[in-house]
Amino acid sequence: MNWLDNNILTLVTFIPAGAAVLVSLLTFVLSLHLPAHFHRNQPGFQFDRDLPWIPTPNIHYHMGIDGISLWLIVLTTFLTPLCVLISWKSIHERVKEFFILLLVLETGLIGVFVSLDLFLFYFFWEATLIPMALLIGVYGHGRRVYAAVKFFLYTMVASVFMLAAILWLYAKTGSFDFVVIQNALRSGSVPDFSGVAALLLFLGFFIAFAVKVPLFPFHTWLPDAHVEAPTAGSVLLAGVLLKMGTYGMLRFNLGLFPEQSRANASWIVVLALIGIVYGALVAMVQPNMKKLIAYSSISHLGFVVLGIFSFTQSGLNGAMFVMLAHGISTGGLFMLAGILYERRHTYDISEFGGLATPMPAYSTFFLFVVLASVGLPLLNGFIGEFLVLSGAFQAKVWWGVVGATGVIWSACYLLWMYQRVFFGTVKHAENSSLPDLDLRERVALWPAAVMALVMGVAPLWWLNAIDPAVHNVLAQFPQLAAKLVGQ
Amino acid sequence: MTMALFDIVEGLPPNDDYIRILPEIVFSLFGMIIMVLDPIMDERRSQRTLGIVALIGAVAGLAATLYQSQQHFWGLAFWHMVKVDAFSVFFHFVVAAITILVILSSYEYMEVQQIRAGEYYGLILFGAVGMMLMSSAVELVLIFIALEISSISTYILAGFRRRSAISSEASVKYFLLGSFATAFFLYGIALMFGATGSTSIDKIGEALGQYTNGGGPILAYIGVALMFVGLGFKVAAAPFHVWTPDVYEGAPSPVVGFMSTAPKAAVFAVLLRVLFQGQAPGRVWLIWVAAALSMTIGNIAALVQDNVKRLLAYSSIAHAGYLLMAFAVWPQSDPKTGISAAMFYTASYAAMNVGAFAVVGHFAGAGERYVTLEDYSGLGKRSPALAAIFTIFLLSLIGIPAFGGFFAKFYVFSSAAKQNLMGLLLIGVLNSAVAAYYYLRIVVVMYMREPREEAPVAAVPLGLGIALGLSLAVTIFLGVFPRPVLDYLSRSVEQWR
Repeated sequence: MNWLDNNILTLVTFIPAGAAVLVSLLTFVLSLHLPAHFHRNQPGFQFDRDLPWIPTPNIHYHMGIDGISLWLIVLTTFLTPLCVLISWKSIHERVKEFFILLLVLETGLIGVFVSLDLFLFYFFWEATLIPMALLIGVYGHGRRVYAAVKFFLYTMVASVFMLAAILWLYAKTGSFDFVVIQNALRSGSVPDFSGVAALLLFLGFFIAFAVKVPLFPFHTWLPDAHVEAPTAGSVLLAGVLLKMGTYGMLRFNLGLFPEQSRANASWIVVLALIGIVYGALVAMVQPNMKKLIAYSSISHLGFVVLGIFSFTQSGLNGAMFVMLAHGISTGGLFMLAGILYERRHTYDISEFGGLATPMPAYSTFFLFVVLASVGLPLLNGFIGEFLVLSGAFQAKVWWGVVGATGVIWSACYLLWMYQRVFFGTVKHAENSSLPDLDLRERVALWPAAVMALVMGVAPLWWLNAIDPAVHNVLAQFPQLAAKLVGQ
Repeated sequence: MTMALFDIVEGLPPNDDYIRILPEIVFSLFGMIIMVLDPIMDERRSQRTLGIVALIGAVAGLAATLYQSQQHFWGLAFWHMVKVDAFSVFFHFVVAAITILVILSSYEYMEVQQIRAGEYYGLILFGAVGMMLMSSAVELVLIFIALEISSISTYILAGFRRRSAISSEASVKYFLLGSFATAFFLYGIALMFGATGSTSIDKIGEALGQYTNGGGPILAYIGVALMFVGLGFKVAAAPFHVWTPDVYEGAPSPVVGFMSTAPKAAVFAVLLRVLFQGQAPGRVWLIWVAAALSMTIGNIAALVQDNVKRLLAYSSIAHAGYLLMAFAVWPQSDPKTGISAAMFYTASYAAMNVGAFAVVGHFAGAGERYVTLEDYSGLGKRSPALAAIFTIFLLSLIGIPAFGGFFAKFYVFSSAAKQNLMGLLLIGVLNSAVAAYYYLRIVVVMYMREPREEAPVAAVPLGLGIALGLSLAVTIFLGVFPRPVLDYLSRSVEQWR
């Protein structure tokens, strides 16, 4: 009894965290079953599960994955335990609720990637909003309420257009099932699917995804959300949540409306290119470390959109790979920024300088992740960006030229930031006694670093699952078929 | 002599007819018992006893509805004035369930507000009688009488916080405007009679069904429009919504929970019967305009409200608009999806709104002092359970997945999509995005702001706890397993004609 009295507060505080670690690890281990038993040469959906849920309207509990969603699921389950670990000490109040929200968010994210029923997809899509908004609004810093509401409203407003499009498709095809709708659209048996209607449907989906990505003019919610979010929120936001948008473009915009995607590719790519350059330039002048990483996400996600709308095999493969690599490396950057914040309670770059002396291990990890993010060969960022750029060059040379500058920009802002934070002498006295990484933090960082290296060295292990699925997407573009064979 | 007696016996309705109005009989009976008990009981103790009597009455009424729902009781009664079918049983069930929830949540409210409340419970039961009768009546004159029974009870209930000026204002305003509205309704009935020669909905439907493409004589167009004015007023659909915020602000919160759900459900039942069974001409555009206006006006006005009751009042206007979307069905096409969508919406809206007003009523404290957004600051810290429950109701009102409101909205929108009403659908989805903002404001204030003033939060008493638990359970159940309800609805729509 006495022992319990003495330790009860510790137990109450840490049981949620411990349980969350266990649960999220268990999910991760379970999710490894997917790549292990995934038939890599098979382009269609696997692990298919289709149960009737509601008869009218005809909604199915239909799940399945292909090479596109496979790795995004594993990415989610990989990042969540790291998020739990990294939040262990930084969350002091309402710890239990924090981990509940984190795990609910994981459920929503995985749900988005596995759903093959449009209703189910929309269900999970909206369901991710609440936990993410609460994570930002309750556990965030400074202007957290503003950021949370802005995040919620931007994405909510955008996704209702998708809802309208989904309902239109249902009204015309009588089904919410992705595969059924896709076949109906391809065979041309859908009534009223004329030019204007098809364009509006394409845009309905596209706006929802573009805000989530976020594509250039819709990006203003992202820096706010990232700066105010707690570390775990930022990691999942940048690591996975943004990929919901690019995943959606790949799956739904290209999958359901290939012709409209082709027709609109030019302006979408222009927006993506603006995003790449603009995001990088704005990142360069940020005084706030987290905001810098946030703008770098806009720049990197621009690569993904560029790759997707280049309609080349390597572009799409690269887009998928950038999604994964960006999840790992930006997730790592946010974790590192969070670790520093726990020690100094600021993200201001000018507050630091010379940290390499008191925190050698930390600065090594930071450099490694920065290099991965910059796209150093043999690390994961390089592979994706290379493939995307090669695809962009194949499509239009100037797309590739402008896109390639993004790689240079990212080296500029990240390395410059690294220099200002870690090199030189310690300017602020309190920085000289900062403790280096402890065991828990190392445990959270090592997997991300190892993964960045492994993905850079052996990208084929990922790409050979992605390739058939991407091929399947591109196969709908008859005018490109010749080009594909040529490769 | 014997002949005359035989005639009288012959003329009496058969016994089954009484079972077809059994819930109404039970409710009236208990209402009268309360009215009789009230003056003979000790003033200070009558409140509790009468509340329990009312609760027993409402539960008995619910049981009567279930008894009545057996199929061999379905059919017409009282010279083709009342019709019991799966449709009417559904609305009876909804009204009875709302009554139970409202009585449960009033129980403690009346004591806190120090309202002497004998006739309060009686009026709730009588009001419910009117609403139930509305949903089973298939004769316009009987519908009018039922509408008046329910309206007069709610007029009085709205003014029950006698010490408060705004409550009396609410009551008078509601009464005056409501009387006008019912007069319009009556005028509409008269014109329909002139146009078709009958006040029976079935006969009207037959007469108007001869016209192709949902047309009809000009008199019928006017009649439908006038009836819609009356009914639109009762459901707080724009442009007949102006009374709503004032009345909802002034009336006691549990009563608002009652009159924003039960009469609405009943009036929507009447609208469904009049519009579709009655083959009302010109209905699509009437509904289109009213739905678009209600959604837009309700949501935009709600954005700037600082009083939670007024905010929820505007939200209820907006929800009437969403619901009306389900009614927008082209004359030649199949209304079944729309009808079952509307029915589903009434049920899930009832659950979340009664629950929301129960929380508001509890939190308002004596004299309903704490009803502004500021008062809700930091409620998440001061009363986590209550705040969490309120949040779920609000999320459901936004239409977030896993709650009843989401599915209701989805179903309504998909029926509009099926009717190819893309303009209306777009207005609807945009509105539901706008709506997210003001519901979220309450959540934000509750969770993300420090408690500014220590507005006291009393412990949740048993009755309210049960009411909240039930509405919460229904809200979540409808959001996750809507299937049993949808199955029932589609069956009830199948045998509608």
